[in-house]
Amino acid sequence: MVVGQETRTIDLTIDGQQVKAKEGATVLEVAREGGIYIPTLCYHPSLTPYGSCRMCIVEIENIRGFPTACTTPVTESMVVNTNTPQLQELRRNILELALSEHPYACLICDRRERCQPFHITLRKTAVTSGCTMCPKNRRCELQEVVDYVGLTEVRLSPIYRDLPILRDSPFFDRDYNLCILCGRCVRVCQEVRGAGAIAFTYRGSQALVGTAFDRSLQDSGCQFCGACVDACPTGALMERSGKWQGLPESTVTTTCGYCGVGCQLNLEIKGGKIVRVAPVLDNSVNQGQACVKGRFGIAEFVHHPQRLTTPLIQRNGELVEASWDEALTLVTKRLANYKGNQFAFISSAKCTNEENYLAQKFTRMVMATNNIDHCARLCHAPTVAGLAQAFGSGAMTNSINEIKDAACILVIGSNTSSGHPVIALEIIKAVRNGGKLIVANPREIELCRYADIWLRHFPGSDVALLMGMMRVIIDEELADLAFVEEQCQDFDAFRESLINFDLDLAEKVTGVTSDKIVEAARLYATHKPASIIYAMGITQHSHGTDNVSATANLAMLAGNIGKPSTGVNPLRGQNNVQGACDLGALPNVYTAYQRVDNPDIQKKFETAWVCSLDASPGLTLPEMIEAAYSGQIKAVYLMGENPLLSEADAGHAQEALSKLDFLVVQDIFLTETAQLADVVLPAASFAEKDGTFTNTERRIQRVRKAIEPIGNAKPDWWIICQIAKRLEAEGFDFEHPSQIMAEIASLTPSYGGISYQRLEECGLQWPCPTKDHPGTPILHVGKFVRGLGKFTPLEYRPPAELPDEEYPLVLTTGRSLYHFHTGTMTRRVMGLNAIEPEGVVEINPVDASHLKIADGDKVKVISRRGEVIAKVRVTEESPPKVVFMTFHFAESAANILTNPALDPVSKIPEFKVCAVRVEKV
Amino acid sequence: MRDELAEILAEYGGEKGALIPILQRIQEKFGYLPEEAISEIAKFSRMAESEIFGVASFYAQFYFTRRGQHTVKVCLGTACHVRGGERILDEVKRELGVESGGTTKDYKLSLERVACFGSCALAPVMVIDKNVYGRMTIAKAKDILDEYRRG
Ligand code: SF4
Ligand code: SF4
Ligand code: SF4
Ligand code: FES
Ligand code: FES
Repeated sequence: MVVGQETRTIDLTIDGQQVKAKEGATVLEVAREGGIYIPTLCYHPSLTPYGSCRMCIVEIENIRGFPTACTTPVTESMVVNTNTPQLQELRRNILELALSEHPYACLICDRRERCQPFHITLRKTAVTSGCTMCPKNRRCELQEVVDYVGLTEVRLSPIYRDLPILRDSPFFDRDYNLCILCGRCVRVCQEVRGAGAIAFTYRGSQALVGTAFDRSLQDSGCQFCGACVDACPTGALMERSGKWQGLPESTVTTTCGYCGVGCQLNLEIKGGKIVRVAPVLDNSVNQGQACVKGRFGIAEFVHHPQRLTTPLIQRNGELVEASWDEALTLVTKRLANYKGNQFAFISSAKCTNEENYLAQKFTRMVMATNNIDHCARLCHAPTVAGLAQAFGSGAMTNSINEIKDAACILVIGSNTSSGHPVIALEIIKAVRNGGKLIVANPREIELCRYADIWLRHFPGSDVALLMGMMRVIIDEELADLAFVEEQCQDFDAFRESLINFDLDLAEKVTGVTSDKIVEAARLYATHKPASIIYAMGITQHSHGTDNVSATANLAMLAGNIGKPSTGVNPLRGQNNVQGACDLGALPNVYTAYQRVDNPDIQKKFETAWVCSLDASPGLTLPEMIEAAYSGQIKAVYLMGENPLLSEADAGHAQEALSKLDFLVVQDIFLTETAQLADVVLPAASFAEKDGTFTNTERRIQRVRKAIEPIGNAKPDWWIICQIAKRLEAEGFDFEHPSQIMAEIASLTPSYGGISYQRLEECGLQWPCPTKDHPGTPILHVGKFVRGLGKFTPLEYRPPAELPDEEYPLVLTTGRSLYHFHTGTMTRRVMGLNAIEPEGVVEINPVDASHLKIADGDKVKVISRRGEVIAKVRVTEESPPKVVFMTFHFAESAANILTNPALDPVSKIPEFKVCAVRVEKV
Repeated sequence: MRDELAEILAEYGGEKGALIPILQRIQEKFGYLPEEAISEIAKFSRMAESEIFGVASFYAQFYFTRRGQHTVKVCLGTACHVRGGERILDEVKRELGVESGGTTKDYKLSLERVACFGSCALAPVMVIDKNVYGRMTIAKAKDILDEYRRG
């Protein structure tokens, strides 16, 4: 946990080779780094050493016996031998024992390689009785080890366990007949994932990997992350997709297209199709981990039969197929009539940086309006507004890989395990490292299991909770006043406003006892470095910007900013919501938040684009919907968005879009919104194009084309260029996204040093102003971006709609681990749908019994705006008087119910709190 | 059951690493480790249910299905085997209508086989709870079982 601690270098000799090592490293790690192979079975780089398989035994001078390299730390002048005849002999003996229970016939057969021609027939058997019938053939670590130690004979009679193959996961099979009990799956599931779905059960000859009472994985808390599959050295755990396809023809590293974590994934390609997806081990974002969506939810939606493969044109109330030329001609002809403020572009946080850049360039330059926005409005506009005001930058201040070193973490308004699964793993790591965890959430989320303190505050009472904590920090003199004095401003006004937040009030408004608030305040202020992590539970309120300001105030007050493992860290939802904002898909700014109403900036872009530009900010997304409704906006170009499900008061959005003169929708599926379009253009998915995404920690990462676009689909950047060129615009002659990035770099200070060449090696975190700048993992070091950090005085404002007699319950919405956004992609993945087929309403047992509702009943949830029908899950995870729904499902679209009341500053609708009534149907 | 579990767990409030004693207490109370108990312990100790099950199943002393009030153990060690332990076991199985490892429908008796009790001089041996019955015959076994079945 100590940062910047000096580590000593140690010199030692391995197999006659002089090597240098860091103190604390193990013999195995050092050998591997030096390119020396030591056989291993139970070792895995992501796990703590286990020392059970004894394959890695070595000889060390002056040490008796045969220590295991994976558990032995290096010491000065150590002399190690890894490959002596005696070691090999010992290894063979140990291996022989292990193999007596593993189908070993092929393993020790010298014809293994040549046996291949038969595999097609042999693999049809259900029982894997040897390597040629094993899906792991040629990438099995057991084969590697057997070859290395030269085992050619097993003198023990074979034991076939004859266990049934378990197929209870929709994504992978478990054949424990092949298991060598290395424990890697069990350890990764417990240690890294914190799921503990599987464990060693029974003992001796009965020992097996299993679940409690042999229940299904899903009933055992499995997240279907596939980490166990990745960790397994044998074919015991194997994903079903691509199981019998053998080795891929090529592997392409890219960035996950689902969420803002930005996991690096390897797409394995065979026959032009993605056959398998696995996380990349060696990187600072996900380090070999992913979640069920990235791991198992990509291939199926990319290759889904419902993908749009050809342009469609509305004719006589029906969408009919058309050629690209026809469709583009029609779009250009119609759009030419709507230049100016009657046009709006709804861009997409799913699309690449390059595409978002082109979208705003097209809107501003070709269509002559600033009416461009995207769904960030619906999740993090308050972050951009609030943090920019306080710090001068609206992005996550610190990096993902710093979280594990925090001494204290406050997670507020984020169900991290569902929304940002791989970041939840970092939080779990911090807890294992001894860090304290405070969870503030009305619902009993997964992370509560790790929390030192769980603050179950009422939905919408975040300002009172945080201000209450700050009051304690000041009253108990725990504030870092030196930091405040030196680096911040407006502290006195802020302190004045705390007068209204005594503990009695905080307790009354939040429902959290005052001693818990005090305890949390002390923990946060005294355990440093401390980090604040939040997501949409903070932003999606009619006072979202106040919430964000409160987190900023708290971090400054305790001096927890500008240092490693501190900061205010908003977790961005969609894969490229950070990038879409950075690249100016916003009505008031060009790239990198350069304001449209700043004459110097306007000049700069006018010169670069050779055109004249409008200085008045355009409409935000909710305003666009209003303007469409009132007829002010007549044409909309919608790229990769599905506002019919994602907008608050979705029914209204549908009516508004139906009133348009012209709607063009560009997407990979015929979404609910696309069905209303005049022209539908088939877009390529992220797997079919080059580009970059910027993840939640400001890291710009490459998206690489892994397969050809499906059917006649085209990358979004290509389509925009075509339309612009047909509208006779200059400056859209791009042949490859790397050229677009070059233009971005030339106009965008924080992206100034970004080029595809540099991104080849690894991602870069902005600001990265010049070609030799290494990128910026931590913002506000020594000085805030805006100069002085600005405290904001706050007062408590309740949610816009509170429960009353008619609508007595509070509805709050959120995300599920298994689905993404409006479900356009995930609902087309069979396995994800199998795990979670429908939206449910979660309700506390107390309310349920009051309403005479039982688990599994269908209910109607009614708000002032509409009603939806869904199944009930009765659970104590939801507090009394609060019901919870996810928003991924069209059949039970939670956003029909939610309140479009807007935050006055950022214009975000209040998704997180509205009043409802629940009735049994 | 929930309240009883809560009561037991409360005794261990705050103590970490008390898993085995907790499991023992619960088994004492219920005669076995019910699923519900494992899930309550999981919540209490913030561990996963599979982890707890893994630990419990490592020890032969824990049962996961409801046991009979009394446990009948028939010895099949060498001495007992030679003197007809097998036949005793068969008779007990028939009398109770269960296989070894099973429990009668009325949850009165559970049946187990063991290998040597250290009372070889009394072979063949049958043990019920803590009472050792030596020099077993089929008729004697039946009488003894009847006592327990009635009681
Ligand atoms: S898929 Fe993930 S959560 Fe499920 S058993 Fe494997 S490692 Fe554990
Ligand atoms: S299933 Fe695989 S990873 Fe798990 S113990 Fe068996 S061989 Fe090891
Ligand atoms: S959805 Fe997010 S957490 Fe899951 S694999 Fe993709 S980037 Fe990683
Ligand atoms: S790898 Fe070292 S003991 Fe298994
Ligand atoms: S063999 Fe039965 S008691 Fe020893």
